[in-house]
Amino acid sequence: METKNVMIVGVGGQGSLLASKLLGRLLLSRGYDIKVSEVHGMSQRGGSVVTYVRFGDKVYSPVIDKGQADYIVSFELLEAARWTEYLKPNGKIITNTQQINPMPVIIGAMAYPEELLAKMQAAGVDVDAMDALTLAQQAGSSKAVNLVLMGRLSRYFDIPKEECIAAIEASVPPKFLEMNKVAFELGRQE
Amino acid sequence: MKQLILGNEAVARGLYEAGCAFVSSYPGTPSTEITEAVAKYQEVYAEWAPNEKVAMEAAFGASLAGRRSFCGMKHVGLNVAADPLFTISYTGVNAGMVIGVADDAGMHSSQNEQDSRHYAKASKIPMLEPSDSAEALEFTKLAFELSERFDTPVLLKMCTRVSHSQSVVELGERVEAVKEYETNIPKYVMMPGNAKRRHPVVEARTAALIDYAETAPINRVEDGADHTYGFLTSSTSYQYIKEVVGDRYPVMKLGMIWPMPEQSIRAFAESVDTLVVVEELDGFIEAQCQRLGVVCIGKEKFSCIDELSQNIVADALAIEREVGIALEETIPPRPPVMCAGCPHRGLFYTLKKNKITVLGDIGCYTLGAVAPLNAVDSVICMGASVSGLHGFSKSQQGAADNKTVAVIGDSTFIHSGITGLVNMAYNESCATVIIVDNSITGMTGHQHNPTTGYNLKGDPCTKIDLETLCRAVGINRVRVVDPYDLAACDAAIKEELAAEEPSVIISRRPCALLKTVKHKKPLTVDADRCVGCKMCMRIGCPAISMADGKAKVDGTQCVGCGVCEQLCKVGALVAPKED
Repeated sequence: METKNVMIVGVGGQGSLLASKLLGRLLLSRGYDIKVSEVHGMSQRGGSVVTYVRFGDKVYSPVIDKGQADYIVSFELLEAARWTEYLKPNGKIITNTQQINPMPVIIGAMAYPEELLAKMQAAGVDVDAMDALTLAQQAGSSKAVNLVLMGRLSRYFDIPKEECIAAIEASVPPKFLEMNKVAFELGRQE
Repeated sequence: MKQLILGNEAVARGLYEAGCAFVSSYPGTPSTEITEAVAKYQEVYAEWAPNEKVAMEAAFGASLAGRRSFCGMKHVGLNVAADPLFTISYTGVNAGMVIGVADDAGMHSSQNEQDSRHYAKASKIPMLEPSDSAEALEFTKLAFELSERFDTPVLLKMCTRVSHSQSVVELGERVEAVKEYETNIPKYVMMPGNAKRRHPVVEARTAALIDYAETAPINRVEDGADHTYGFLTSSTSYQYIKEVVGDRYPVMKLGMIWPMPEQSIRAFAESVDTLVVVEELDGFIEAQCQRLGVVCIGKEKFSCIDELSQNIVADALAIEREVGIALEETIPPRPPVMCAGCPHRGLFYTLKKNKITVLGDIGCYTLGAVAPLNAVDSVICMGASVSGLHGFSKSQQGAADNKTVAVIGDSTFIHSGITGLVNMAYNESCATVIIVDNSITGMTGHQHNPTTGYNLKGDPCTKIDLETLCRAVGINRVRVVDPYDLAACDAAIKEELAAEEPSVIISRRPCALLKTVKHKKPLTVDADRCVGCKMCMRIGCPAISMADGKAKVDGTQCVGCGVCEQLCKVGALVAPKED
C-alpha cells in the first residue's frame, strides 16, 4: 500500500499526543509499517504543535511535507489554516471550529483572520468542520476534543469500529474510558 | 513482539537488553525520555545528575567498577561534559560505556544548532547514528559490544526526528554483562607520563575502528538500477533521500559516522557517475570525502542551516513534487508562551516595571523575553546568567548594581549557577541573583532535581535547601518571595538591589502544571467596572484577551492565580469565592 499521511495539529496542551498514540496503536494492530513524529519541549508551551502519522508497507521519512497530507486533523481553526499548504490536492481537513487567540492577537499586534472556513473552502480546500468542543463537553469534558476528532477521522478510514474501540481501551485510563468512548461516538456520528 | 515506540524509548530498551546496569543523565530536549524510560526497568539503576559532567563521570565510574553504563544529554549538554569526554577517550573503559547525545537540528527547543558529530572526531571516540527506533535499539546494544571490544567509550548520536519519532521495533531479552574491577594505574591515572603512553593507543584504536567500519553491517550500500548518481548519507537524511529516490539510485548509509570506512567510500564513489552527500547541518561526511580526495556534491546543494525534509531534498535534486494550496491570508504566528498561572509571570512583570536589566538563563523562564513582557536581556547557556551578572556588574564599577539581576531556575542553578554565585561572593559582586524556584525542572517536562526532594524513580530523597546553600557560599542576604504577590515582589527587588552586598531572592511557587498544584476557580470580569484600560494585558497571560473593548478571561485556561486582579485599578477582575 502507498504510504498514507495524517497530520494532527493544534495548540500545545490540547491533547494531540493522545490522538496520535491512539492512531498509532490502531494502525500497528493492522500490521502496517508506521512512523509517528511528535513535538516535545518548548513548543509544547501553548505554541503551534504538529504530529505526523504515516503508515503503509514501508515508511521512510518521519515527517510530512507540503502537498503530502491525506488528512489534516486540526484542534483549532487558525491551526487548520496554518497547515493547509501541507494538504495533498485531493486531501481533506477535519477541523474543530474552536478559536484560541495566539499571543500576537492577544496583545493586539495582529488580528485573528475572519471567515477562515469560508476562505479555505473558496481556495478549494476540502474542509469538514465541527464544533468538537461542545461535543466534548456533552461527552463530559472539554479535554475529550481529541476523541471527538478521532471519531470523525474514523469515518473516512476503512477500519471496523470495534478495532477503534479496542485501541481506545488500550490507550485511555479506565477512569476516563467511558467518557472517551462517548466522545468518539459523538464525533463519528455527528 | 512488535511495538511502536519513540526512538528515545528504543535506546532505553537497548540499554535494558544490553545488560546496562547504571544510567546517569541530565534532562534536555530531545534526549530526556531515554532516561525516563530506562528508569522503569527494575534491573537498571537510573538517576538524574545535577549536570552532564557529573553524569558522564558517574557513568565512567560505573564502567570502571565493571558495570555497563550510560549517560544521556542533549547536544549542548555534551559541551558541559566535554572535559571528561576527551580524557575517557584515553583511558578507555572496563565494562562498556555509551554516551547518548541528541542534536536538535531546526532548534525546536534549543539555543543553538551545533553538530555533535564534530565531538566524535575531536575526541577520537567512535559514534553510531541510528535513523529510526529499530536501529536505535540495535545500535545501542552494538555500542556496548564495540565499547568493550575496542576499549573505548562509544557515542550514540540521536536527533530530534529520531528521538521523538515512534516507529516499529522487535523486542529482545536482557543479557547480563558484568566485569571485575582491577587496579590499572598506567591505564586509568591520566597524568602526563601515563597519558603520553595512552595517546598512541587511541590512534591505533582509531585505525582498528576504520578497519572494522569497512566491513561493519551497519555501514551498507543499497544498490539501485541507475548509477548516474549515488547518495552517501546517514541518520534522518537517509530516510529523506529514500523517500525521494526510492530504489532508483544506489545509497550508501553510514550507521557508524566516526571513524568512516575510507576504502568503502572510495569504492562507492567509483561505482557511480556523481557522488552526492546528503547530511543535516555541517558538511561532516563531505569534509571526510574531500580529505580522501573523493569528489562529491554536498553543502552547495543542502544548506547547513535547519533540518532537512523530503521536499528540501527533492528541490535540491530538481525532482518534481506535489504542491499544496496556500491560503492568501496572513496567519498570525503562535509562539510558545508562559502558561496561564505560570509563577514566573508576576516576577518578570515586576522586573519590567522597575526597568531592570535581566541576564536570563535556560528554562521556561526564557519565555520572559517574548512580548509583551520583553523582560530578558540575554540568554546564553545553563548558568550564564549568574556568572554573566558578575562580569556585567564588576565591569560597570557599581553603576549597574541597583538595576541589573540574574534570573535562573532551581534546576539550572544547581546545574551550573552555584559556581557563578561562589564567584560573586568570593570576588565581591554587589548584584542580585533571583532563583525562580518552581519546585521542578519545567521545560523538559517535569523532572525532579536535587531541590525537589524526590529522585528519578519518584522516591523521597535528600532535598537541598536553596537558602542554606546560598548562605553557605557566602551570601548574607537571602530572602524568599511569592511571585503571585506583586507588592512583595516589588519590595524584595527594590530592597535587594539597593543593598551594598550580593544578594539572592528566591521566587518560590510550584509550576502551575504540576499535578500536585490545586487550581483556584477562574476569574471573571465585571463588565460594568471594566474601563478597557488593558492594564491586565501587560502580563501576557494567554487566558486574558479583549472583546468589545472589555477584558475577557478564558475560563478553560485561567487557574485563578490572581496576578491580573492585582493590576486592575477598578476592581473589574473578580475572583469567585472558593468552596
